[in-house]
Amino acid sequence: MHNGKLSPFLKGALVVGFLFLYVPILSLIVYSFNASKLVTVWGGFSLRWYASLFENEQILSAVWLSVRIALAAAAAAVVLGTIAGLVLARFKRFPGSTLFAGMITAPMVMPEVITGLSMLLLFISLQQLIGVPTERGFFTIWVGHTTLCMAYVAVVVRSRLVEMDKNLEDAAMDLGAKPLKIFFVITLPLIAPAIASGFLLSVTLSLDDLVTTAFLSGPGSTTLPQVIFSKVRLGLNPEINALATITVLVVGSFVVLANYFMLNAQRKRDRAIAEAMRADAPKLPDVPLESLGRPGRA
Amino acid sequence: MSLLRKLSPGRGSVIAVPYLWLTLFFLVPFLIVLKISFAEQDIAIPPFTALTEYADGYLNVKLNLSNFLYIFTDEFYFDTYLSSLKVALFTTIGCLLLGYPIAYAIARTDPARRNVLLMLVMLPFWTSFLLRVYAWMGILNETGLINSFLMSTGLIDEPLHLFHTDFSLYIVMLYAYLPFMILPLYSNLVKLDLRLLEAAADLGARPMKAFFTITLPLSKNGIIAGSMLVFIPAVGEFVIPELVGSSETLMIGKVLWNEFFDNNNWPMASAVAAVMALILIVPTALFHRFETRELEGKNHA
Amino acid sequence: MKDAVASAQLPAKEAGQQAYLKIAGVVKKFGDHTAVDHVDLEIHQHEIFALLGSSGCGKSTLLRMLAGMETPTAGKILLDGQDITRLAPYNRPINMMFQSYALFPHMSVEQNIAFGLKQDGLPKDEISARVSEMLELVQMKKYATRKPYQLSGGQQQRVALARSLAKRPKLLLLDEPLGALDKKLRQQTQLELVNTLEKVGVTCIMVTHDQEEAMTMATRIGIMSEGQLLQVGTPSQIYDYPNCRFTAEFIGETNLFGGAVAVDEADRVEIDAPELGGRISIGHGITGPKGMEVWASVRPEDIRVDIRPVEPGPNRARGKVREIAYLGSYSVYHVQLGSGKVVKAMVPANRWYEAGETEPTWDDEVWISWRDDMPVVLTA
Repeated sequence: MHNGKLSPFLKGALVVGFLFLYVPILSLIVYSFNASKLVTVWGGFSLRWYASLFENEQILSAVWLSVRIALAAAAAAVVLGTIAGLVLARFKRFPGSTLFAGMITAPMVMPEVITGLSMLLLFISLQQLIGVPTERGFFTIWVGHTTLCMAYVAVVVRSRLVEMDKNLEDAAMDLGAKPLKIFFVITLPLIAPAIASGFLLSVTLSLDDLVTTAFLSGPGSTTLPQVIFSKVRLGLNPEINALATITVLVVGSFVVLANYFMLNAQRKRDRAIAEAMRADAPKLPDVPLESLGRPGRA
Repeated sequence: MSLLRKLSPGRGSVIAVPYLWLTLFFLVPFLIVLKISFAEQDIAIPPFTALTEYADGYLNVKLNLSNFLYIFTDEFYFDTYLSSLKVALFTTIGCLLLGYPIAYAIARTDPARRNVLLMLVMLPFWTSFLLRVYAWMGILNETGLINSFLMSTGLIDEPLHLFHTDFSLYIVMLYAYLPFMILPLYSNLVKLDLRLLEAAADLGARPMKAFFTITLPLSKNGIIAGSMLVFIPAVGEFVIPELVGSSETLMIGKVLWNEFFDNNNWPMASAVAAVMALILIVPTALFHRFETRELEGKNHA
Repeated sequence: MKDAVASAQLPAKEAGQQAYLKIAGVVKKFGDHTAVDHVDLEIHQHEIFALLGSSGCGKSTLLRMLAGMETPTAGKILLDGQDITRLAPYNRPINMMFQSYALFPHMSVEQNIAFGLKQDGLPKDEISARVSEMLELVQMKKYATRKPYQLSGGQQQRVALARSLAKRPKLLLLDEPLGALDKKLRQQTQLELVNTLEKVGVTCIMVTHDQEEAMTMATRIGIMSEGQLLQVGTPSQIYDYPNCRFTAEFIGETNLFGGAVAVDEADRVEIDAPELGGRISIGHGITGPKGMEVWASVRPEDIRVDIRPVEPGPNRARGKVREIAYLGSYSVYHVQLGSGKVVKAMVPANRWYEAGETEPTWDDEVWISWRDDMPVVLTA
């Protein structure tokens, strides 16, 4: 009644849900091979939009800027977010802990128009006060993305730490390792998968961010989403279809492969555990406890 | 290496690094927004007046309340807030109605297939949000997928007007936010102890009854977390109404954007943001609470 | 069988020896809650000491204070003459085998065992010599390069033991050492573990909620309840001479009769026990005024059940069989007395056959009785 067998209603929900999620993406891909400039009017198969995409200087330089920002922001977000996640999971109460926890959650849900505007106003005020940052661009976007992404990393790292057996850290301390050493030798390797997925999530979020970036970018620092936005605002654009197809294929194959390897590793591990458990089959005959001389029995 | 040195003196400095960052780049900016919302638009760089003036030994503080007065008296702003909340609410309800059965179905399939399904839910989330919104432009417009399909079957003679309507706004909102509903619901539902349902069935509850009396109440934390994860950002959504919404549908994110980028009225944009943040404080606190509770629940399991 | 001179049962090594570990007046408070309440305890070298109590009794907190994971609110801990009360865990010559082992999942068996030695900065060849010595000790040589998840529960336990012994600690702490194993494996492993510990000769304190485990493994046991150490003694002392009702009921099963002291002579006490409907006579004296409220504890295996009336006197009563639990070699009879009190009596399976009697069944009238050297008088 539970596992494996779903009622027709649930099966239907799955089919409808996944059609809803995937039909738009598939249509995007199909139209990218359309020869016609009118994206939705089929004019035969062609790769011309891919060719023109790779000749579009504006898009290529935006991609390069976006990638650089994404890597830098993800790197910073991973460091800050891991520390924040550690604080959330391990330091239960400290002065201002409620505010701290709130500041971690809020950026994830806060509408980006608010965070974008507020951060821009901060940079303007800082510029008036201390003269830096002198202009908006790579640095200001990097700060904005780092702040947004570190919240996600912190949440992912925290939930991994909460699941982790706290005795492992105690055991390391008991065996003579000092706190900092424990963090690097025990904790960090064990939360590495969470940190890795936090990094990937950060890269994705940063590459994808439009609204915060729009507030924080200046002339000469146009990221990929900004270019896409300015183009699609004017209507359908076959080059964007080609770009979308490449994105979907790259991300899709990466996710599928990662998932495949993770599942494989998990399956191997499960097999090893099952095998190991067989070693516990009792080797000695089961000795009744009474014959072991339990004291006190007359 | 500087990180190493910072960590070693103990807890205090470990906390300080992310704490200072968030205070400087998240909390302080809010206060600045609040401050500038009391300023007046000015032709200057930056384009607003200062709140304080020092002259002849007097410190004059000039708070301009007109931005807020305007927001609270002008019907345009009131309607915009109301309409944003309405769009966000309907989007949330739609995501819940569509997302719950999907999350439930995924949680109840066998573990091997469950991972694949979960990955399929996540996959669109990993690809560009902007491009996914764009995809709908090609589906909804006059010559788009829906219209050409309906025309070719002869059901309609003239293309339906789907694009830049409330219909297109809602369908794309639903589309973009659905994964945010499914994931927290799934992670809650997958933890449900199936023996509870067996016990309910054993005590005579039919599956429907068991669902409404056992599963649904127990998934409350997941429902609230997912709903807030959809509702809060949806209130301030800018991209979707801008690209596929009707020009008559008022959304506060769009209004803020226009005040800032088109009218260059920073104080007004700040006031709009401040009021929006105020409206969203309660749902944000709710989200925070139930997210934390979800996590602690995991801890006890 | 039960001679009154309890001290004769003390292990020889205890006599006249200095305490190796001394816990003096240790208190631990968490907010308003007192987890450990003025515990005094002395442990001797080479001893295997068990702290026994139900969950939440403070035994684990006491253990964590010994390991240094918690700092006492008050009191002192001395190990081998050194005050370690405030020493950091990583500076203590104490190691712990954790509940469910806490083996580092990303390290092999060898690396787990070497971990503590590496922290001490020992030379490489010494580390590898010590690791292989430890692997030998717990017979895990074959598995040296495996990861913890590739080991069975019993093997994990042995690796955890090797890891905690590798640094040759002055004191070994064991937190529910066999709690993660299933029952059958546990009984076999108890003996294996004791053998290893005795071979190494390390001083041990273990924490457990399982009285069989404590009784089988420990040389002495300390009973804890609500943060207090109620009684310390050898397993047989604790079982035969509990000093309070909690211990009497916690270790094994017993029947408790409350009453007032009626006669108190040098070699005899009589207690008026209304629940029994008569007097309980005990063949040794206690020090307490006449009329003092006391309890007599009588173990089920010390109670005799007869189907024929016994001569009137102390230590006996008439009752009705309410319940019989057949447990193979013996049965437990639940006999309800006139006062309503239900007394449990353990009757060997062959008792009725050997006496040529038919065994009583539900609602039959029976007589219970015991010898006056059986009960223990409890004043708390």
